[in-house]
Amino acid sequence: MEAINWHSFFFYLFALVSCAFAVMVVLSANIVRMAFYLTISLGATAGLFFLAGADFLGAMQLMIYVGGTLVLLVFGVMLTAQGPFVSMKTRGGDWILAAVLGGSLLALLVPAAFTMPEWRGPSVNAASTESPPTSTPLGMGLLGVRVDKLVDGREAVKQGMSSYLLPFEIVSVHLLVVLVGAAYLARTKRRRDVRLESL
Amino acid sequence: MNPLTDPVGVSHFMAVGAVMFVSGVVCMAAKRNALGVLMGIELVLNGANVNFVALSSSFLSANGRTALGLDGQFIALFVIVLAAAEAAVALAITLNFYNNHATVDVDRADELKG
Repeated sequence: MEAINWHSFFFYLFALVSCAFAVMVVLSANIVRMAFYLTISLGATAGLFFLAGADFLGAMQLMIYVGGTLVLLVFGVMLTAQGPFVSMKTRGGDWILAAVLGGSLLALLVPAAFTMPEWRGPSVNAASTESPPTSTPLGMGLLGVRVDKLVDGREAVKQGMSSYLLPFEIVSVHLLVVLVGAAYLARTKRRRDVRLESL
Repeated sequence: MNPLTDPVGVSHFMAVGAVMFVSGVVCMAAKRNALGVLMGIELVLNGANVNFVALSSSFLSANGRTALGLDGQFIALFVIVLAAAEAAVALAITLNFYNNHATVDVDRADELKG
């Protein structure tokens, strides 16, 4: 009997958790439970990122997504989940339409994922389990130097145009604009009853 | 073909991403709560991220060559940041809608209908 491939074992564990809780987000009608299931699903996805060798990205998934974005969503749930809005049932016709749409999309996407023969997995079981840390190449790439492509011989890559300095700056300004815009949109409005009282 | 002894590949990750994407699409289509629609968007973006990370991983594909290299992880990082920004703005819009209309039902948001 062959030894158990623990990478595969943990992949199936995390894949089962993330897929099952993603489906439970769809099937649940209670908005508070949906937020909890989404937290678990995205946390298990961080485990999948670690298994794919993306250590920095898995940490960012846990910190930004699970720790930031979902807490924001939970705050929204707490501010609006009152009385009838906790559990809103979907009508039967909508469920049928959504099931047809989801089933056909799934029947298209999952077989398409298995069409490429070189994506089916490494041919030998003794694949290298040593994964280089990715935080330094990612950080240097955001600052404009691709240290992972230093040996790349192409001239077009060496011009400094292949890094992500400009998108990084755009995203920074974008986050600032979003912060100002969200604060403007969500502020409490003063009641303008002055005009009514003067009548 | 024992799933526990065979190594997993990009295809297996993409199947997981496909399930999360489809869950998100169905969530967006079927939920009546505006926050439920937001959660569907998060699931869709996360399913796309799984695909990017799997394609940038060097030991998931045959003969160790990656399709995207480190660029896939850069794109996934930007997707995470933009998802955070999108969630903040969408949540602010939802709260504004709730303050003005006292409901979060997306079917009731039909004032712009001609």
